[in-house]
Amino acid sequence: MNAFALILRRDLKIAFRRWGELATPLIFFVIVASLFPLALSPEAYQLRDAGPGFLWIAALLSSLLALDGLFRTDVQDGSMEQLALSPAPLALIVLAKTLAHWLVSGVPLIALAPFLALSFYLPLEALPVLVGALALATPTLSVLAALGAALTVSIRGGGAIIGLLVLPLTAPVLIFGTRATSLAIHGEPAVGPLYLLAAFAVLAISLGPLACAAALRVGLE
Amino acid sequence: MAAACLYIRQDPNLSSDSRAGLTVTSLEVWRGERRLFSDLSFELQPGQASYITGPNGSGKTSLLRVLAGLSVPAQGVVTWDGASVSRLAPELRAAIAYQGHLEGLKKDLTVTENLAFYRALWVGDGDIEPLLDELRLDEFADREVRYLSAGQRRRVALSCMRLRRARLWLLDEPLTNLDAAGAEVISAWLREHTAAGGTAVIATHQTDRVQGTAALEVEL
Repeated sequence: MNAFALILRRDLKIAFRRWGELATPLIFFVIVASLFPLALSPEAYQLRDAGPGFLWIAALLSSLLALDGLFRTDVQDGSMEQLALSPAPLALIVLAKTLAHWLVSGVPLIALAPFLALSFYLPLEALPVLVGALALATPTLSVLAALGAALTVSIRGGGAIIGLLVLPLTAPVLIFGTRATSLAIHGEPAVGPLYLLAAFAVLAISLGPLACAAALRVGLE
Repeated sequence: MAAACLYIRQDPNLSSDSRAGLTVTSLEVWRGERRLFSDLSFELQPGQASYITGPNGSGKTSLLRVLAGLSVPAQGVVTWDGASVSRLAPELRAAIAYQGHLEGLKKDLTVTENLAFYRALWVGDGDIEPLLDELRLDEFADREVRYLSAGQRRRVALSCMRLRRARLWLLDEPLTNLDAAGAEVISAWLREHTAAGGTAVIATHQTDRVQGTAALEVEL
């Protein structure tokens, strides 16, 4: 079996043994998204206008929160040293770890989003676009958060610094994600922003792991 | 022994190379703002072991990390079979095993799962039962690593390293936390490793040496 499949399987196995850690970012997502209607007026028209923005910000923050420890446990227990010294390219290993993490944190988030969207009175017709946009955007967010995690791996309490490093980079994803969602709410075609989100995903997946691997090598020194 | 055959099976081009083995040339290593050592040179032929000794903080661990290619030295070159360790081809990289202070085991997985993972990563599928027997690990084979003692973890970690069938072993204080029986097993492995043409670099405080190996002492 190749290194990619091995690491994917190992990380999924560990993730399911520590499902409490998986649930935290998801519950965070649900709570943050449900706080906005409480803080704002419960008027349907206001919520529908502002809803996409709130949902996307909540999704963004929860993705960051979820990936904070992506490499830290591996560096602390020494398995990252062993992986960095394995014949398999480190970028491939990073990609496998990020994919494993996206499967257990990004996919549930995508699945939860339509239910939260209903609390913002989003029309049912807009939900497929919202889910599609999140499915295209969360891989980019995961890769960006992984890059932040790799850069801060040797820093104690790097969580807040990841936010400072990564949040500015997520602006394009936020802009086109919310744009696609609000276009769909108003019954207009949302293909343009979706294509752009797909392009970001391709860019992030192809270049992100290389940057992560370089950052991890520096962090291991 | 099957394992022994693997050690000596080398690319004929490599074994004819006069630079086969590990070569360290005028190495200088810094840790932060402090120079640990400079102008360190030595050479290890296949079948030789080297003990790195020196007081705490003298740079034994840093030297091993440089030899493994994890850190970059300030000056000097480390070559393995004629190639610089910082730019190794995958086959040469696979021939180097490093075991530092950190075990590299996942605490949430059982002993068997950890061993099976490294086995599959280094050499493909295979049987790990004999290894569990040899290190008397079989009674905790299905226990999660978080519930093991420090000595038991070290045994599992060294078993993972042995799984690699590497030609160069870089060991940082391998006998830490091991009881007498565990230390004896590791010494036997080292003897077998060097007898089969393997090379080893061992950072240690201990003064007792594995008998029957041509050893080079490097004091930092």
